[in-house]
Amino acid sequence: MATATTYGARAHARAQEGTRAEAMPVVPASAWPAPPCEAGHLVWAETVACGNYTHKVLARGTELRLTDLSGDACAHLLLFAADRPWERLNVADTVKVQWNAYLGEGQLLLSDQGRVLATVIADTSGRHDALCGTSGLVRNTERYGDGAPQSESPAGRELFKLAAAKNGLAPRDLPPSLSFFQGVEVREDGSLDFTGSAGPGVSVTLRTEQDVTVLLANVPHPADPREAYTSTPLEVLAWRAEATRSGDPLWEATPEGHRAFLNTAEFLAARGIA
Amino acid sequence: MSEQTVERTTVAARAAWSAVVRAGATLTITDLHGNQAVDFLVYDAGDTSVRYSAPDTIQAQGNIFLTTGSVLMSNEHTPLMTVVADDVGRHDTVGGACSKESNTLRYGHHTWSQHACVDNFLAEGARYGLGKRDLVSNINWYMNVPVEKDGTLGIVDGISAPGLSLTLRAERDVLVLVSNCPQINNPCNGFEPTAVEMTIGAPE
Repeated sequence: MATATTYGARAHARAQEGTRAEAMPVVPASAWPAPPCEAGHLVWAETVACGNYTHKVLARGTELRLTDLSGDACAHLLLFAADRPWERLNVADTVKVQWNAYLGEGQLLLSDQGRVLATVIADTSGRHDALCGTSGLVRNTERYGDGAPQSESPAGRELFKLAAAKNGLAPRDLPPSLSFFQGVEVREDGSLDFTGSAGPGVSVTLRTEQDVTVLLANVPHPADPREAYTSTPLEVLAWRAEATRSGDPLWEATPEGHRAFLNTAEFLAARGIA
Repeated sequence: MSEQTVERTTVAARAAWSAVVRAGATLTITDLHGNQAVDFLVYDAGDTSVRYSAPDTIQAQGNIFLTTGSVLMSNEHTPLMTVVADDVGRHDTVGGACSKESNTLRYGHHTWSQHACVDNFLAEGARYGLGKRDLVSNINWYMNVPVEKDGTLGIVDGISAPGLSLTLRAERDVLVLVSNCPQINNPCNGFEPTAVEMTIGAPE
Protein backbone atom coordinates (compact mmCIF):
# COMPACT_ATOMS: atom_id res chain seq x y z
CA MET A 1 0.00 0.00 0.00
CA ALA A 2 1.46 3.34 -1.06
CA THR A 3 0.25 5.02 2.13
CA ALA A 4 1.45 2.36 4.59
CA THR A 5 4.49 4.45 5.50
CA THR A 6 4.97 8.12 6.36
CA TYR A 7 7.00 8.61 3.18
CA GLY A 8 4.35 6.94 1.07
CA ALA A 9 1.54 8.88 2.72
CA ARG A 10 3.41 12.14 2.13
CA ALA A 11 3.98 11.33 -1.51
CA HIS A 12 0.33 10.32 -1.92
CA ALA A 13 -0.88 13.58 -0.38
CA ARG A 14 1.50 15.70 -2.44
CA ALA A 15 0.47 13.95 -5.66
CA GLN A 16 -2.96 15.65 -5.29
CA GLU A 17 -1.47 19.04 -6.11
CA GLY A 18 -3.05 20.67 -9.12
CA THR A 19 -6.36 18.82 -8.81
CA ARG A 20 -9.28 20.95 -9.92
CA ALA A 21 -12.72 20.76 -8.33
CA GLU A 22 -15.91 22.40 -9.61
CA ALA A 23 -16.09 24.38 -6.37
CA MET A 24 -12.87 25.62 -4.81
CA PRO A 25 -10.93 28.76 -3.98
CA VAL A 26 -8.27 29.75 -6.48
CA VAL A 27 -5.11 30.71 -4.58
CA PRO A 28 -3.58 33.07 -5.40
CA ALA A 29 -6.70 34.86 -6.67
CA SER A 30 -4.54 36.44 -9.38
CA ALA A 31 -4.46 33.02 -11.06
CA TRP A 32 -8.20 33.35 -11.87
CA PRO A 33 -8.41 33.08 -15.67
CA ALA A 34 -10.47 36.14 -16.62
CA PRO A 35 -10.48 38.75 -13.87
CA PRO A 36 -13.20 41.44 -14.15
CA CYS A 37 -10.75 44.04 -12.85
CA GLU A 38 -7.27 45.42 -13.40
CA ALA A 39 -4.60 42.73 -13.50
CA GLY A 40 -3.26 41.99 -10.03
CA HIS A 41 -6.20 43.59 -8.18
CA LEU A 42 -8.12 40.37 -7.53
CA VAL A 43 -8.03 39.40 -3.83
CA TRP A 44 -10.64 36.64 -3.68
CA ALA A 45 -11.61 34.10 -6.33
CA GLU A 46 -13.72 31.16 -5.27
CA THR A 47 -16.56 28.96 -6.36
CA VAL A 48 -18.71 27.98 -3.40
CA ALA A 49 -20.30 24.55 -3.64
CA CYS A 50 -24.02 24.09 -3.17
CA GLY A 51 -24.80 23.68 0.53
CA ASN A 52 -21.48 25.22 1.52
CA TYR A 53 -20.04 28.43 2.94
CA THR A 54 -17.08 30.77 2.82
CA HIS A 55 -15.83 33.87 4.63
CA LYS A 56 -13.25 36.60 4.22
CA VAL A 57 -12.12 39.86 5.77
CA LEU A 58 -12.20 42.54 3.08
CA ALA A 59 -10.62 45.98 3.21
CA ARG A 60 -12.70 49.12 2.73
CA GLY A 61 -12.96 49.90 -0.96
CA THR A 62 -13.16 46.30 -2.20
CA GLU A 63 -15.67 45.30 -4.83
CA LEU A 64 -17.27 41.90 -4.22
CA ARG A 65 -19.12 40.26 -7.10
CA LEU A 66 -21.41 37.31 -6.46
CA THR A 67 -22.57 35.34 -9.50
CA ASP A 68 -25.31 32.73 -9.71
CA LEU A 69 -23.59 30.52 -12.28
CA SER A 70 -26.40 28.04 -13.00
CA GLY A 71 -29.55 29.73 -11.70
CA ASP A 72 -30.10 27.99 -8.38
CA ALA A 73 -27.54 29.65 -6.14
CA CYS A 74 -28.77 31.63 -3.16
CA ALA A 75 -26.11 33.75 -1.48
CA HIS A 76 -26.95 34.32 2.19
CA LEU A 77 -24.88 37.19 3.51
CA LEU A 78 -23.81 38.59 6.86
CA LEU A 79 -21.44 41.52 7.38
CA PHE A 80 -19.56 42.58 10.51
CA ALA A 81 -17.19 45.49 10.99
CA ALA A 82 -13.84 43.70 10.91
CA ASP A 83 -12.38 43.32 14.42
CA ARG A 84 -15.38 45.17 15.90
CA PRO A 85 -18.15 42.61 15.41
CA TRP A 86 -20.56 44.42 17.73
CA GLU A 87 -21.16 46.66 14.72
CA ARG A 88 -22.88 44.45 12.18
CA LEU A 89 -25.45 44.29 9.42
CA ASN A 90 -28.85 45.43 10.62
CA VAL A 91 -31.48 44.27 8.15
CA ALA A 92 -34.30 46.16 9.90
CA ASP A 93 -32.42 49.46 9.70
CA THR A 94 -31.38 48.67 6.12
CA VAL A 95 -34.99 48.43 4.92
CA LYS A 96 -36.52 50.98 7.29
CA VAL A 97 -33.99 53.76 6.78
CA GLN A 98 -34.17 53.37 2.99
CA TRP A 99 -37.97 53.10 2.96
CA ASN A 100 -37.79 49.91 0.91
CA ALA A 101 -38.18 46.21 1.66
CA TYR A 102 -36.36 45.11 -1.48
CA LEU A 103 -32.65 45.02 -2.20
CA GLY A 104 -31.09 46.22 -5.41
CA GLU A 105 -28.62 48.51 -7.10
CA GLY A 106 -27.97 51.69 -5.15
CA GLN A 107 -29.06 50.21 -1.84
CA LEU A 108 -26.81 50.59 1.21
CA LEU A 109 -26.24 47.71 3.62
CA LEU A 110 -26.39 49.49 6.96
CA SER A 111 -25.01 48.61 10.35
CA ASP A 112 -26.77 49.16 13.67
CA GLN A 113 -24.53 52.19 14.19
CA GLY A 114 -26.05 54.36 11.48
CA ARG A 115 -23.13 53.68 9.17
CA VAL A 116 -22.62 51.94 5.84
CA LEU A 117 -20.91 48.55 5.74
CA ALA A 118 -21.31 48.02 1.99
CA THR A 119 -23.22 49.32 -1.01
CA VAL A 120 -24.90 47.43 -3.83
CA ILE A 121 -23.32 48.97 -6.92
CA ALA A 122 -24.57 46.57 -9.60
CA ASP A 123 -27.35 44.00 -9.84
CA THR A 124 -28.43 42.04 -12.90
CA SER A 125 -30.75 39.73 -10.94
CA GLY A 126 -33.31 41.84 -9.09
CA ARG A 127 -34.46 38.76 -7.13
CA HIS A 128 -33.37 39.13 -3.52
CA ASP A 129 -34.75 38.97 -0.02
CA ALA A 130 -34.33 40.86 3.25
CA LEU A 131 -37.26 39.26 5.10
CA CYS A 132 -36.92 35.50 5.36
CA GLY A 133 -33.35 35.15 6.59
CA THR A 134 -31.70 31.80 6.08
CA SER A 135 -32.63 28.18 6.73
CA GLY A 136 -32.31 26.39 10.05
CA LEU A 137 -31.60 22.87 11.25
CA VAL A 138 -35.08 22.08 12.55
CA ARG A 139 -36.93 23.14 9.41
CA ASN A 140 -34.41 21.58 7.01
CA THR A 141 -34.76 18.34 8.94
CA GLU A 142 -38.53 18.55 8.55
CA ARG A 143 -38.35 19.45 4.87
CA TYR A 144 -35.33 17.52 3.57
CA GLY A 145 -34.57 14.97 6.27
CA ASP A 146 -31.46 16.71 7.61
CA GLY A 147 -29.88 20.13 8.05
CA ALA A 148 -26.49 19.38 9.58
CA PRO A 149 -23.38 20.77 7.84
CA GLN A 150 -22.17 17.29 6.85
CA SER A 151 -25.55 16.27 5.43
CA GLU A 152 -26.83 16.51 1.87
CA SER A 153 -29.05 19.44 2.88
CA PRO A 154 -27.11 21.79 5.17
CA ALA A 155 -29.00 24.66 6.76
CA GLY A 156 -27.70 28.19 6.26
CA ARG A 157 -27.65 28.96 9.97
CA GLU A 158 -25.56 25.85 10.70
CA LEU A 159 -23.03 27.01 8.08
CA PHE A 160 -23.09 30.59 9.42
CA LYS A 161 -22.28 29.18 12.89
CA LEU A 162 -19.13 27.58 11.45
CA ALA A 163 -18.11 30.66 9.47
CA ALA A 164 -18.72 32.79 12.56
CA ALA A 165 -16.66 30.50 14.79
CA LYS A 166 -13.72 30.86 12.44
CA ASN A 167 -13.89 34.60 13.00
CA GLY A 168 -14.12 34.37 16.78
CA LEU A 169 -17.91 34.78 16.79
CA ALA A 170 -20.60 32.72 18.51
CA PRO A 171 -24.20 31.92 17.50
CA ARG A 172 -25.31 34.88 19.65
CA ASP A 173 -23.43 37.13 17.21
CA LEU A 174 -25.56 36.06 14.25
CA PRO A 175 -28.33 38.54 13.38
CA PRO A 176 -30.91 38.08 10.60
CA SER A 177 -29.18 37.77 7.21
CA LEU A 178 -29.89 38.89 3.65
CA SER A 179 -30.00 36.68 0.59
CA PHE A 180 -29.38 37.25 -3.09
CA PHE A 181 -30.65 35.48 -6.27
CA GLN A 182 -33.97 34.06 -5.02
CA GLY A 183 -36.69 36.66 -4.86
CA VAL A 184 -39.49 37.22 -2.38
CA GLU A 185 -42.19 39.87 -2.73
CA VAL A 186 -44.74 41.00 -0.19
CA ARG A 187 -48.43 41.10 -1.08
CA GLU A 188 -50.76 43.75 0.37
CA ASP A 189 -51.98 41.40 3.10
CA GLY A 190 -48.39 40.75 4.22
CA SER A 191 -48.16 37.28 2.69
CA LEU A 192 -45.09 36.35 0.69
CA ASP A 193 -44.74 35.55 -2.97
CA PHE A 194 -41.61 33.52 -3.77
CA THR A 195 -40.48 34.70 -7.22
CA GLY A 196 -37.34 32.57 -7.34
CA SER A 197 -34.38 32.96 -9.63
CA ALA A 198 -33.75 35.35 -12.52
CA GLY A 199 -31.85 32.60 -14.29
CA PRO A 200 -28.21 31.63 -14.70
CA GLY A 201 -25.35 34.08 -15.05
CA VAL A 202 -26.75 36.98 -13.03
CA SER A 203 -24.63 38.81 -10.52
CA VAL A 204 -24.64 41.32 -7.69
CA THR A 205 -21.66 43.56 -6.93
CA LEU A 206 -21.10 45.02 -3.49
CA ARG A 207 -18.57 47.68 -2.54
CA THR A 208 -17.22 47.64 1.00
CA GLU A 209 -17.36 51.00 2.78
CA GLN A 210 -15.54 49.81 5.91
CA ASP A 211 -13.20 46.89 6.60
CA VAL A 212 -15.71 44.06 6.90
CA THR A 213 -15.88 40.40 7.80
CA VAL A 214 -18.02 38.71 5.15
CA LEU A 215 -19.87 35.46 5.88
CA LEU A 216 -21.51 33.73 2.91
CA ALA A 217 -23.64 30.58 2.83
CA ASN A 218 -24.88 29.11 -0.45
CA VAL A 219 -28.04 27.18 0.43
CA PRO A 220 -31.62 27.08 -0.91
CA HIS A 221 -33.83 29.99 0.07
CA PRO A 222 -36.02 29.01 3.06
CA ALA A 223 -39.17 29.87 1.11
CA ASP A 224 -38.12 27.85 -1.95
CA PRO A 225 -41.16 25.59 -2.38
CA ARG A 226 -39.37 22.84 -4.29
CA GLU A 227 -39.40 19.50 -2.51
CA ALA A 228 -35.78 18.73 -3.34
CA TYR A 229 -32.90 20.64 -1.78
CA THR A 230 -31.99 22.62 -4.90
CA SER A 231 -28.71 24.49 -4.96
CA THR A 232 -26.01 25.23 -7.53
CA PRO A 233 -22.54 26.78 -7.20
CA LEU A 234 -21.90 30.43 -6.35
CA GLU A 235 -18.99 32.33 -7.85
CA VAL A 236 -17.27 34.86 -5.59
CA LEU A 237 -14.76 37.39 -6.93
CA ALA A 238 -13.39 40.41 -5.07
CA TRP A 239 -10.89 43.05 -6.12
CA ARG A 240 -9.29 46.21 -4.83
CA ALA A 241 -11.20 49.34 -5.86
CA GLU A 242 -12.37 52.57 -4.22
CA ALA A 243 -14.93 53.22 -1.49
CA THR A 244 -17.78 55.61 -2.27
CA ARG A 245 -16.69 59.25 -1.96
CA SER A 246 -18.29 62.66 -1.89
CA GLY A 247 -19.12 63.47 -5.50
CA ASP A 248 -20.08 59.90 -6.43
CA PRO A 249 -23.75 59.75 -7.50
CA LEU A 250 -24.49 57.31 -4.66
CA TRP A 251 -23.15 59.72 -2.00
CA GLU A 252 -26.17 62.01 -2.12
CA ALA A 253 -28.67 59.72 -3.85
CA THR A 254 -30.99 59.91 -0.81
CA PRO A 255 -30.91 62.14 2.28
CA GLU A 256 -30.84 59.09 4.56
CA GLY A 257 -28.01 57.47 2.63
CA HIS A 258 -26.10 60.74 2.53
CA ARG A 259 -26.17 60.94 6.32
CA ALA A 260 -25.09 57.29 6.53
CA PHE A 261 -22.06 58.08 4.36
CA LEU A 262 -21.33 61.17 6.47
CA ASN A 263 -21.54 59.12 9.69
CA THR A 264 -19.19 56.54 8.17
CA ALA A 265 -16.71 59.17 6.98
CA GLU A 266 -16.78 60.87 10.38
CA PHE A 267 -16.12 57.58 12.16
CA LEU A 268 -13.23 56.66 9.86
CA ALA A 269 -11.71 60.14 10.08
CA ALA A 270 -11.84 60.12 13.87
CA ARG A 271 -9.99 56.78 13.89
CA GLY A 272 -7.43 58.13 11.42
CA ILE A 273 -8.44 55.52 8.84
CA ALA A 274 -9.75 57.55 5.91
CA MET B 1 -59.27 36.14 30.24
CA SER B 2 -60.41 33.96 33.07
CA GLU B 3 -57.04 33.01 34.45
CA GLN B 4 -55.70 34.52 37.60
CA THR B 5 -53.66 37.69 37.22
CA VAL B 6 -50.31 37.22 38.86
CA GLU B 7 -48.76 40.53 37.93
CA ARG B 8 -50.03 43.77 36.46
CA THR B 9 -47.68 46.64 35.69
CA THR B 10 -48.09 49.97 34.02
CA VAL B 11 -45.03 50.77 31.94
CA ALA B 12 -44.53 54.51 31.80
CA ALA B 13 -44.09 56.28 28.51
CA ARG B 14 -40.53 55.86 27.15
CA ALA B 15 -39.59 53.25 29.77
CA ALA B 16 -38.23 49.70 29.56
CA TRP B 17 -39.77 46.61 31.17
CA SER B 18 -38.92 42.92 31.43
CA ALA B 19 -40.25 39.74 32.96
CA VAL B 20 -39.83 36.00 32.90
CA VAL B 21 -43.07 34.43 31.70
CA ARG B 22 -43.37 30.78 32.63
CA ALA B 23 -44.40 28.14 30.10
CA GLY B 24 -48.18 28.19 29.69
CA ALA B 25 -48.59 31.59 31.33
CA THR B 26 -49.92 34.52 29.36
CA LEU B 27 -48.77 38.07 28.82
CA THR B 28 -51.37 40.66 27.87
CA ILE B 29 -50.13 43.96 26.45
CA THR B 30 -52.70 46.73 26.61
CA ASP B 31 -52.39 49.86 24.48
CA LEU B 32 -53.94 52.09 27.16
CA HIS B 33 -54.10 55.32 25.19
CA GLY B 34 -53.97 54.04 21.60
CA ASN B 35 -51.32 53.70 18.90
CA GLN B 36 -48.36 53.18 21.20
CA ALA B 37 -45.64 51.02 19.66
CA VAL B 38 -44.34 48.36 22.05
CA ASP B 39 -40.92 47.11 20.96
CA PHE B 40 -40.56 43.50 22.03
CA LEU B 41 -37.84 40.84 22.19
CA VAL B 42 -38.18 37.36 23.68
CA TYR B 43 -35.54 34.83 24.72
CA ASP B 44 -35.57 31.27 25.97
CA ALA B 45 -35.18 31.97 29.70
CA GLY B 46 -32.92 28.94 30.10
CA ASP B 47 -30.63 29.74 27.16
CA THR B 48 -30.74 33.31 25.93
CA SER B 49 -28.75 32.42 22.81
CA VAL B 50 -32.10 31.03 21.65
CA ARG B 51 -34.09 34.16 20.91
CA TYR B 52 -36.84 35.64 18.80
CA SER B 53 -36.09 35.53 15.09
CA ALA B 54 -38.13 37.72 12.79
CA PRO B 55 -37.03 35.71 9.72
CA ASP B 56 -37.96 32.35 11.29
CA THR B 57 -41.32 33.76 12.36
CA ILE B 58 -41.97 35.10 8.85
CA GLN B 59 -40.84 31.80 7.28
CA ALA B 60 -43.10 29.77 9.55
CA GLN B 61 -46.29 31.70 8.79
CA GLY B 62 -45.45 32.98 5.30
CA ASN B 63 -46.53 36.49 6.28
CA ILE B 64 -44.80 39.55 7.70
CA PHE B 65 -47.72 40.65 9.91
CA LEU B 66 -48.47 39.19 13.32
CA THR B 67 -51.95 38.53 14.68
CA THR B 68 -53.94 35.81 16.48
CA GLY B 69 -52.38 32.43 15.72
CA SER B 70 -48.94 33.79 14.93
CA VAL B 71 -46.16 31.81 16.57
CA LEU B 72 -43.06 33.75 17.60
CA MET B 73 -40.24 31.49 16.47
CA SER B 74 -36.67 31.38 17.73
CA ASN B 75 -33.46 31.48 15.71
CA GLU B 76 -33.44 27.68 16.12
CA HIS B 77 -36.94 27.56 14.63
CA THR B 78 -38.60 26.56 17.89
CA PRO B 79 -41.76 28.22 19.26
CA LEU B 80 -41.26 30.79 22.02
CA MET B 81 -44.72 32.36 22.31
CA THR B 82 -48.05 32.27 20.47
CA VAL B 83 -50.45 35.17 19.90
CA VAL B 84 -53.71 33.84 21.38
CA ALA B 85 -55.78 37.04 21.18
CA ASP B 86 -55.45 40.30 19.27
CA ASP B 87 -57.86 43.23 19.09
CA VAL B 88 -55.91 45.03 16.37
CA GLY B 89 -55.28 42.66 13.46
CA ARG B 90 -51.72 43.22 12.47
CA HIS B 91 -48.39 44.09 14.04
CA ASP B 92 -44.93 44.72 12.60
CA THR B 93 -41.98 42.31 12.25
CA VAL B 94 -39.88 44.33 9.81
CA GLY B 95 -39.09 47.80 11.15
CA GLY B 96 -36.91 46.89 14.12
CA ALA B 97 -36.13 49.24 16.97
CA CYS B 98 -35.44 52.94 16.82
CA SER B 99 -31.96 53.93 17.91
CA LYS B 100 -30.12 57.18 18.38
CA GLU B 101 -27.96 56.08 15.46
CA SER B 102 -30.75 55.24 13.00
CA ASN B 103 -32.59 58.41 14.05
CA THR B 104 -29.65 60.40 12.68
CA LEU B 105 -30.24 58.74 9.32
CA ARG B 106 -34.03 58.88 9.27
CA TYR B 107 -34.51 62.41 10.60
CA GLY B 108 -31.16 64.14 11.08
CA HIS B 109 -28.47 64.69 13.67
CA HIS B 110 -30.68 67.06 15.66
CA THR B 111 -32.41 63.96 17.12
CA TRP B 112 -29.22 62.64 18.73
CA SER B 113 -30.16 63.55 22.30
CA GLN B 114 -33.57 61.86 22.08
CA HIS B 115 -34.12 58.56 23.90
CA ALA B 116 -34.59 55.42 21.77
CA CYS B 117 -35.67 51.79 22.01
CA VAL B 118 -32.21 50.30 21.54
CA ASP B 119 -31.05 52.16 24.65
CA ASN B 120 -34.02 50.73 26.57
CA PHE B 121 -33.17 47.22 25.35
CA LEU B 122 -29.50 47.63 26.25
CA ALA B 123 -30.25 48.92 29.74
CA GLU B 124 -32.93 46.34 30.50
CA GLY B 125 -31.04 43.45 28.89
CA ALA B 126 -27.92 44.22 30.93
CA ARG B 127 -29.88 43.19 34.05
CA TYR B 128 -29.82 39.64 32.66
CA GLY B 129 -26.30 39.68 31.26
CA LEU B 130 -27.49 40.44 27.73
CA GLY B 131 -25.45 42.83 25.62
CA LYS B 132 -25.52 44.47 22.25
CA ARG B 133 -24.92 41.26 20.34
CA ASP B 134 -28.11 39.83 21.85
CA LEU B 135 -30.28 42.50 20.22
CA VAL B 136 -31.86 41.55 16.91
CA SER B 137 -34.80 42.64 14.74
CA ASN B 138 -37.69 42.91 17.20
CA ILE B 139 -41.47 42.92 17.08
CA ASN B 140 -43.30 46.23 17.15
CA TRP B 141 -46.73 45.60 18.65
CA TYR B 142 -49.29 48.19 17.56
CA MET B 143 -46.97 49.57 14.87
CA ASN B 144 -48.31 49.76 11.31
CA VAL B 145 -45.73 49.16 8.55
CA PRO B 146 -47.32 48.44 5.16
CA VAL B 147 -45.24 47.38 2.13
CA GLU B 148 -46.26 48.74 -1.27
CA LYS B 149 -46.03 46.74 -4.49
CA ASP B 150 -42.73 48.44 -5.39
CA GLY B 151 -41.28 47.56 -1.98
CA THR B 152 -41.74 50.99 -0.43
CA LEU B 153 -42.36 50.54 3.25
CA GLY B 154 -42.85 52.97 6.06
CA ILE B 155 -44.19 53.50 9.54
CA VAL B 156 -47.62 55.07 9.01
CA ASP B 157 -50.54 56.05 11.24
CA GLY B 158 -51.50 53.21 13.54
CA ILE B 159 -54.70 51.16 13.48
CA SER B 160 -54.89 50.59 17.22
CA ALA B 161 -57.08 52.49 19.69
CA PRO B 162 -57.24 53.17 23.44
CA GLY B 163 -57.73 50.00 25.48
CA LEU B 164 -57.04 47.50 22.71
CA SER B 165 -54.89 44.57 23.73
CA LEU B 166 -53.20 41.40 22.61
CA THR B 167 -52.33 38.27 24.55
CA LEU B 168 -49.36 35.96 24.15
CA ARG B 169 -48.96 32.49 25.61
CA ALA B 170 -45.47 31.34 26.53
CA GLU B 171 -44.55 28.04 24.88
CA ARG B 172 -41.60 27.62 27.24
CA ASP B 173 -40.12 29.71 30.05
CA VAL B 174 -39.23 32.95 28.30
CA LEU B 175 -37.57 36.24 29.14
CA VAL B 176 -39.40 39.19 27.62
CA LEU B 177 -37.71 42.56 27.04
CA VAL B 178 -39.91 45.51 26.22
CA SER B 179 -39.21 49.09 25.22
CA ASN B 180 -42.23 51.34 25.42
CA CYS B 181 -41.19 53.24 22.32
CA PRO B 182 -40.08 56.85 22.93
CA GLN B 183 -40.02 57.83 19.23
CA ILE B 184 -41.47 61.29 18.49
CA ASN B 185 -40.40 61.69 14.85
CA ASN B 186 -42.86 59.31 13.20
CA PRO B 187 -46.49 58.30 13.80
CA CYS B 188 -45.73 55.00 15.61
CA ASN B 189 -46.73 56.59 18.92
CA GLY B 190 -49.04 59.20 17.50
CA PHE B 191 -46.13 61.63 18.10
CA GLU B 192 -46.80 61.41 21.83
CA PRO B 193 -45.49 58.34 23.70
CA THR B 194 -47.91 57.02 26.34
CA ALA B 195 -48.04 54.32 29.01
CA VAL B 196 -48.93 50.69 28.29
CA GLU B 197 -50.02 47.92 30.64
CA MET B 198 -48.46 44.47 31.04
CA THR B 199 -50.50 41.71 32.66
CA ILE B 200 -49.08 38.28 33.35
CA GLY B 201 -51.70 35.58 33.77
CA ALA B 202 -51.11 32.24 35.46
CA PRO B 203 -51.01 29.08 33.34
CA GLU B 204 -54.41 27.62 32.65
